[in-house]
Amino acid sequence: MSSGVAEPQNAWAKGRSRVWLYFSHVFTILEMEVWKLRKDPSELIMRGIQPALWLLVFGQAFSRFRVLPSGNVSYKAFLTPGILAQSVTFISIFYGISIIWERDMGLLQKVATTPIRKSALALGKMLSASVRSLGQAIIIILLALILGIHMNFGVGAVAGVLLMVILGGAFFSGLSMVIAAIVRTRERMMGIGQLITMPLFFSSNALYPMSVMPVWLKVIATINPMSYLVDGLRGLLIATPDAHFGLDVLVLVAAGLVVLGLNTVLYPRILSG
Amino acid sequence: MSEVTVRVSHVSKRFGDVHAVRDVSFEVSAGECFGLLGPNGAGKSTTLKMLTTLLRSDEGEIEIAGRALAKEPTRIRECIGYVPQMLSVDGNLTGYENLLIFAKLYGLRRREREERIIEILEMTGLEEAADRLVKTYSGGMIRKLEIGQAILHHPKVLFLDEPTVGLDPVARKGVWEHIERLQHEQNMTILLTTHYMEEAESLCTRIAIMSRGQIAALGTAAELREQMGNPDATMDDVFTHYAGKFDNQEGGMKSVFRSRRTAKRLG
Repeated sequence: MSSGVAEPQNAWAKGRSRVWLYFSHVFTILEMEVWKLRKDPSELIMRGIQPALWLLVFGQAFSRFRVLPSGNVSYKAFLTPGILAQSVTFISIFYGISIIWERDMGLLQKVATTPIRKSALALGKMLSASVRSLGQAIIIILLALILGIHMNFGVGAVAGVLLMVILGGAFFSGLSMVIAAIVRTRERMMGIGQLITMPLFFSSNALYPMSVMPVWLKVIATINPMSYLVDGLRGLLIATPDAHFGLDVLVLVAAGLVVLGLNTVLYPRILSG
Repeated sequence: MSEVTVRVSHVSKRFGDVHAVRDVSFEVSAGECFGLLGPNGAGKSTTLKMLTTLLRSDEGEIEIAGRALAKEPTRIRECIGYVPQMLSVDGNLTGYENLLIFAKLYGLRRREREERIIEILEMTGLEEAADRLVKTYSGGMIRKLEIGQAILHHPKVLFLDEPTVGLDPVARKGVWEHIERLQHEQNMTILLTTHYMEEAESLCTRIAIMSRGQIAALGTAAELREQMGNPDATMDDVFTHYAGKFDNQEGGMKSVFRSRRTAKRLG
C-alpha cells in the first residue's frame, strides 16, 4: 500500500507531453458517454422513430406530388440526407440539458477540479454528442436500405457521411452548451431548444432545394449551418451536382471551433448554478 | 511546527450585494483534519469552492502545498481531491467505471490505475459491488465511492463538502470511520465542512466556526469551550454561541433546496 502524502513523486507528475494528456482527457470524457450508451441504448432507438416517420409518411406522401425539383433522383432519396441532418441537429441541440443536469448533480464540479483543461472537457462533451448522432446516422442509413431508397452507399460515401455527422453533432451540441451556459436552467434550455429547432429546420435546404426558396429565405439558409450539413450529406449520398463538400466541411469545422472557444470562455458560468 | 498545506489569507467573495465570504484567514497543517462549521448560508461551501478552483476569490490569497492558487490553478488541481455536497458519481456507470474515469482524468498510467483502483475498492469495502451500477448503491456506499474517486491520485489535501449530509446514522458512522482511517493510516490532510457539531468534534483536530461569511471562532473543541468561558458547555452550546455572533439568518431557499435534494438523492 502506498503512503499518501509522504510519497514524493506523484503519478501524474511523470513527464508526459501535455498534448497527449489533453487528448486522453478528451477521450476519457467521450468514453464515459459510450459506456453509458452501451448499457442503455434504448434512448438511441427511441430517437430513431421520428426520422423513420419522416421517411415513411412524409417522404411517401410528398414523393407522389412531384412538385419539388429533386433532380434526377426520387424525392425520398432527396429527403433522406435532409432527415439525417435534421435528426443530428435535433438530438444535439438539446445536449446542453444533460450538461445542466450534470451540473445540478455535482458531477461537473468534481470533473472541473481535476487537471482536465476547460477546452478538453468542452471538446469531449461535444464529441460525446457526436457519438449519439452517429447512432442516428446508422439507423437512418439502414432504414433507407430497407426502404430501397436509391443512394450511394459506397464505402467512401458512408465514411464521408459519418464525418459530416460527427462535425454536425459537435457543432450543434457545442451551440447547445453555449446556450446552456447562458440560460443556466433546464426549463429555459428546453424552451429555447424548442424555439430554435423548427426555424433551423425550415430555413435550411433539408426539405426543399435552395433553388425554390424566395430570396430572403435563401439568405437565411446560406447562414444556417444546417444547410451545409445537408449539402454535404446530399452531395455524398445522391451525388447532387452542385454540392460543395470541401466548403461544407470547412464551415462546420470553423463553426465548431467558434463554439468550442465560446464554451471554454463560458465554462465558469455553467458551474455556478 | 508541521508544514502548512493550506494557507488562506484575507479572502473575500461577493455575489452582487451579498458578501458571501469576508476577510477569512486560516491555515491547515499537513496531516490535520480541519473543520469549517456553520449554519446553512454561512459561507462554508463558497470558501471550499474557492479553495478547489471552482470560484475565483475577489480579494485575498490562497496557497496550497506552497503554490499560489491564482497563479497555478492547473497545478493545484493536480494535488487536491474534492467531494462536492451534491452527487458526484454517475449512477449509470459501475463503481469500477466511476473510479476508472477519474483515474484517467488525474492522468494515472494504466498499471497505476489498476493497482490504485483495487486499493481504493479494498479500502472502501466496495470490492463486491464494483461491477454493479452505482444507482443500486446505498447512500453510504455512494459517499465512500465519491471519496475514493477524490483520492485516487494521492492528493495533498482532500476537501469534503458536508460529507454526511442526508445519511442515516449507521451510514454516517461508516463514513466517519472511513475519514478517520484516511487521516490516521494515510496521514491525509483533510478540510471538511459540516453543520453537525458532533461530527466536527469527533473528526477534526481544529474547528473554525463560520457565521455570515466570517470566522467567528477558531481552535480545538476544548479551546472553543474555554474561549466561551464555559468548559462544561456542550458542543451545541458552543455552536449556538458563535454561530449567532454575527446575527446569522438561516440559509436561504436555495441552500435549503440544495441540501434537501442531496439528502433525497443519497437517502
